[in-house]
Parts: sequence; C-alpha cells; structure tokens
Amino acid sequence: MSNNLALKKGLDIPIKGAAVPEVIKTVSPDVVAVKPTDFKGLVPRLLVKEGDAVKAGSPVMADKQRPEILFTSPVSGTVQQIVRGEKRKLLAVLVKADAVQDYVDFGSKAPATAVETKDLLLKSGLWGSLVQRPYGVMAHPEETPKAIFVSSFSTAPLAADSAFVLGDALKDIQAGIDALAKIAPVHIGVAKGSPFAGVSNAAVHTVSGPHPAGNVGVQISHIAPIRKGEIVWTVSLLHLAAIGHVVNTGKLELTRKVAVTGPSAPKTGYVTALPGTPVKSITEVGEGIRVIGGDVLTGEYLGAEGCIGFFDNQITLLREGDAREWFGWAKPFRPKVYSSSWCYFSWLTPSKKYDMDTNLHGGPRAFVQTKCFEDVTPMDIFPIYLIKACLAGDIEKMEKFGIYEVLPEDLALCDYVDPSKNEIQAIIGQGIDLMIKEMA
Amino acid sequence: MAEEKKPWWYSTYDAFDTFLRVPGTVTRKGAHVRDGIDLKRVMIMVVIALVPAALFGMYNVGLQTATLYGLEWSFLQMFFYGLLRMLPLFVVSYVVGLAIEFASSQIRGEEVNEGYLVTGFLIPLIVPVDVPLWMLALAVAFSVIFVKECFGGTGMNIWNPALVARAFLFFSYPSSMSGSSVWVSKTWAGLGDVDAISAATPLAMAHDGGFDAATGVISSANQSYSFMDMFWGFIPGSTGETSVVAILLGALILVWTGVASWKIMVSSVAGGLLVGWLGQMAGATAVPCYYQLVMGGFLFGSVFMATDPVTAAQTETGKWIYGFLVGALAVIVRLWNPGYMEGMMLAILFMNTMAPLIDHCVVSVHTGRRAKKALTA
Repeated sequence: MSNNLALKKGLDIPIKGAAVPEVIKTVSPDVVAVKPTDFKGLVPRLLVKEGDAVKAGSPVMADKQRPEILFTSPVSGTVQQIVRGEKRKLLAVLVKADAVQDYVDFGSKAPATAVETKDLLLKSGLWGSLVQRPYGVMAHPEETPKAIFVSSFSTAPLAADSAFVLGDALKDIQAGIDALAKIAPVHIGVAKGSPFAGVSNAAVHTVSGPHPAGNVGVQISHIAPIRKGEIVWTVSLLHLAAIGHVVNTGKLELTRKVAVTGPSAPKTGYVTALPGTPVKSITEVGEGIRVIGGDVLTGEYLGAEGCIGFFDNQITLLREGDAREWFGWAKPFRPKVYSSSWCYFSWLTPSKKYDMDTNLHGGPRAFVQTKCFEDVTPMDIFPIYLIKACLAGDIEKMEKFGIYEVLPEDLALCDYVDPSKNEIQAIIGQGIDLMIKEMA
Repeated sequence: MAEEKKPWWYSTYDAFDTFLRVPGTVTRKGAHVRDGIDLKRVMIMVVIALVPAALFGMYNVGLQTATLYGLEWSFLQMFFYGLLRMLPLFVVSYVVGLAIEFASSQIRGEEVNEGYLVTGFLIPLIVPVDVPLWMLALAVAFSVIFVKECFGGTGMNIWNPALVARAFLFFSYPSSMSGSSVWVSKTWAGLGDVDAISAATPLAMAHDGGFDAATGVISSANQSYSFMDMFWGFIPGSTGETSVVAILLGALILVWTGVASWKIMVSSVAGGLLVGWLGQMAGATAVPCYYQLVMGGFLFGSVFMATDPVTAAQTETGKWIYGFLVGALAVIVRLWNPGYMEGMMLAILFMNTMAPLIDHCVVSVHTGRRAKKALTA
C-alpha cells in the first residue's frame, strides 16, 4: 500500500471564475433551512412544529427507521415554517435565527470509545455527514466500517481551496480524526504541500493528479478497494472539522467559508455562511443564470430562491447556454468553446480559461467512442462495461465491474467528455438505486 | 414535465436544423457543463481524414484510364475524369443511405445519427469505380437496413456497414467486383473495347507469381509496378486504397484527434508484417512482407475500417489483440487462399464478429484479477 499516489488519468476543466482567496462577505444568519433532501437514504420524521424555539444543536428531525439519528438546527431561533412538497413530502424546516446565538452544550470531552463517538455524532446532528460506501448513503450507526476515509482537498472545477477554508482549523480536524479513529482506522488523502499532511492518528496518503484525484472514492479505490460485503465511511474535511469542534468546545458550529465561483458570478470569493443560507443572501444572481450548489460536474440545481445544502461549501453561477451557434460543429475554430478532445484546437491554448455555459453541445446518441471514459477515470474499472451493466440492470455484472467502488461523482467527468451526450451520472445513480433495492 | 408530442417529420427537421445550428439544449441532469465535442464533429473528422485518399484516388482513376488507353492527359484532365466518375457513386451512396437512415430514425422517433456521413463516404472508395450504380444502391440499402438499422442504428451495429456493402457486392456480383478487368475505369473513355487488355491489381499479379525478387518489381504481360509506385499509389485498385501516402496522412489526422485507435492500426500492421514474413520463410510467397502493406486494401482497412469504434474491440488490451488478428488474418488469406487474394475485407468482418468475444475475455481476466486481489488484500 503506497502512501504516495500519482494519478495520471483525469481532466481539469478550464472554466473561468475561481474564487479569489479572501472573505468578501459574512452572512449573519436570518432564516436558515434544514433540508432532509441533503441526505441520501433518509426518511425524515419531524420533531418540531412551527413556533417552537430551538437552540443551535437542538434536534428538528430524525430518521424514521433509525430514530437515534438526529438532525439539528445550525442556529438558535424559532421554527418559522415547515415546507412540504407533493404528497406532503418534507422539503425543509425554516428556522428564524435569534440575534444572539444560544448553543446546546454537548460537553467538551473527547470520546473515549466508539460508542461515545457515535453517540456524540448522533446527538449533535453530525451523523448525517458520515457517508457509507458502497452506494453513498448515510452511514448506519450499528455497523462498523473497515475504515473511514477523508479527502482533504478537492480537485473539482473551481472547488474551494481547503487550505484557505480550513487551514486555521487544524486543532479541530485533529480532534475529529481522534474521535473517528475510535470507530475505525482513518485514512486521509492530502495534496502535495498540504497543511493537513501533519495530522496524526491517521494514515496520510499524498495524492496528486488531475480531477478526480481529489475525490475520496478514487482515493479509496487505490488505497483499499471496496469489495462485496465491505463497508467504508467517508466524511468531508469540512464536517471532520465540525466534529472536532463539537469535541473540543461542545458546540455545534457549521459556519463555513462558501466559495462563490463560476464564470457568471458577479464577484468571486468566499462568503462566511451556514448551511441552509439562502443563495440570495450570499450573492446576487442575474437573469438567465443557473445557481449550482457545489461544482459544475456534480452540483445540485439550487435556483436563485434556493438554499445551500448541508454538504455545500461552494456555489457556482453559470449562464444558461440556450443560444444556438450557427455551424458550431463544422467550424474549424471555436475559440469560445473548450473541448478536451483534439478534434478542436483547445490544445493550442492550454492555459486559457473558458466562459462556459450549460449548453449540451450536441444531441444524445448511442455510445460510439468509449476510450474517452477510460481516459478520465483513474480507477481499476472499465467504465463502459459498468455503465452498460447499469443500463441493463444486471446486478451480477454491476458487482463484477465495480459498482461498489463508485458513486456518480467519480464518473462525473464521463458525463462531461462523452461525445454521445449520455447522462452517465444518472445511469450510475440508477444502478446504485437498483443495488440498494435488490440487496436490502 | 410532460414530453411534448413531436410531429412525424420531427427527426428529419431536427437533423437539418442541428446540422446548421448547435442545438440550444441545456443540461438537465448530471454535469452542468459539457465538452464542445459531439458525434457530428467526430464523424466529420473521419471524413476529413478520408479526403486525401479520396482526392488522390480521383486523380489515380484518371491516371489508370489514361495509361490503359495510352492517352496523353494532363494532371487536371485525369483528376476531373476521376471526379466525374466518382461523383455519381458518392451521390448514390449518400442519397440511398441517408434516405433509409432518415426514414428509420423517424420510425424510431430518434434524432438522426451522424454515422452514415462516414459510411457514405467510405463506400465509394472501396468499390470498383465502374460498379453499376443500381448495384451500389442495392448494396448500400442492404447494408444500412440489415446491418445497421435492424440492430438499432449507429452505435449498435456489429459489423462495419461500409464493408458489408462491399461484401454484398462481392458475393452477389463477383464479375463486377473481382478479376483483372474491373479495377480501371473503362466506360466513358469512348475508345473502344479494351476488355482483352488486363488491368490487374499488383496484389493479383503477385498472386500469379508476377514478383521479381531481383528487381522488386511486380509485373505481368503489359503492366509493371515498383514498390514506390505502390507506395505512392499509381496502381489499379479501389479508389481510396491505392496511395499509402494519402492513407498515412489520414491516419495522422485520426490518431492526432484521437478519433481512431492507433493501437489497432499499429497492431494490424504488425500482424500483417509477421504473417507476411512467416509466409515468405515458409515459401508461400516470394513477396517480402512489407509489400503486403502497400498492396491492395490492407492499409486502408487497417486505418479506416478496422478502427471503427463501434465494431472494433472496446477495451485497450482488446484493441491490440483485435488489430493484430485483423492484420494477420488478412495476410493469411492472401497467401494461403488459392481463389481469392484480398483478405482484408473478410478479415475485418470476421474480427468484427469476434471483437465482443475478445473484450469478454479481456474483461473476465481483469475482473478475475480484481477478485484475486480482494482475497489477498
């Protein structure tokens, strides 16, 4: 097992609008949303009603099947509204923040056993930050994973720079690692020269290479591939620091520096905000602009009226590309369009950043070229075979071709590069859903 | 969101519309930004790569006719003669093929796929220039309907449709497709009947023992071609296949743009060379192995036909095996088959059939290795 991982395959998409490393705004919380839709595998049970007073850290909902998993309010205040959608599906709990924040005290004592760590996470509402692989669902409190993986950096397009965002939270991160290490061995992937390389009580793996080298799934597949029957948990660095913060101070503190990025962002930079903060209070959004919670490859469509999610520390603003270009595909040169393929001439300008939009740049077709998938998938799998197995719904083949190792985000670049414009992430997602249904 | 019902002519309208303008579709799920590449661009790259071979081929059609009839034609006369002879083939190929393609897209209610842009360009380049147009139309129709649309259109077919069109002609109308009199254009020259004069391809001449080991020249009663003639392409044959230089230019474009696999090209050439060499050692032929590359359709097949991403092997290891076997089989047929000397077409079609099996083996070995690693890890 090597602690030095140099990945070759992958692609860094040269998109304009990286966040300048400075805090441009601090959003003081007003109305904050707690969204059950942020957590895959959660069927929520509401614990509060409109008008209830909550503290930062008070439970507002729980998991229906596993009621010990609580989801807490990130602010103290009053429950203003319960937002429901079709069939009364719970969409969000809106909490109106108080002027002065009042925190639930979880006791600033480092957990001594796995049970204590789990207990703390379940109570504080941070259990939801533990994601189980395979399938990318919320971890189950009664299971013990073979390892817990953290990627301390992101290579996704325009992703927040973790050294800037969390460079000053080393103490919390270490406390988080120490707490999680009670449950299972912790592995952390770091970039070269990372401030997080010095953590102890965890196996540190130096990872380099283009995107998706920073994806925790890619790192797992090289460090300790997941086989049938095995479970690992992953947690983002952001939540690792939050876990450590609870351990150190007894307070739930989810405030984070959110990177405002994208070619259509009026001003890029970092905004200090809580999860559930409305997009409107983070940045201005112009006409015809798509707001994405996360990066352009895997992010979720938020809309100008949306709120950032529990896992987001980046929003990307992107122009809707519904304009139609004459003779686009036939033009020898299209200087405004980037293509990683050498069928265009983007290779002539390797350092150019592009003002990208959401145009699909073509129509959906059957698979023709397939090597492009392998070129952007630095894992020991055959992407095209896995994709076809998912399309066919063939469980046995999906297992054989590595469905346990991937989440849609790990194959997000396949979405990007495919000349046939197939929705690879959606296909993998369907495959995973089928696995969950059939293997349950 | 309810899908809007589309009018019955939508596929055709959409094909023309998106031909002119990039569709305004925006991403709905998955990655929010997409690469500028689409299948139209990929396919047009192949057509561009074929252009050198097509242009040289047109000139060579004129050259061969002029040589056969002893005409004093200028370069331009030769080229325009070839152009005029080739145009009807292109028109028939595209009109028949695209009509079927559009109709079946409409029946399926899908967007029209660009695959036929390449197939339609390939077919005229791999048939004798004098092939009757009705035969060509029949072959195109057969290939597009039974080899492509029946399987679900571009991306779903098992065999290369252009090659099947050629195979259809070869087996249905052998007199127009083989022998020593079909490879040079004789109609329209208006200079009387010269059927008696042989205009065989060097491949056929070498097969009949026309190779002279001392000079390296392949000759018959009235023809003689040196290695360099064959390398540059001044020989009778299918329009696109004769010039190694033009094909290499196309190969360069395909490899540079990444549209076709260089692994298949290299391994096919390696397979051809190895069997050619073995054949020479075993006394099956006097022709040195590297002549196999410049004679007949070997290189054209290796570069443009075997590399079709849909019908070739899809795994990278599989591509090495697939390409090698294409080259090797083609030369085996050339050397050890008494009746039929051009093996490239059948070698590729056979390996198209075998490609999924090769991939299956490669993937099985890989998953087996992964499972073993899991046990030891």
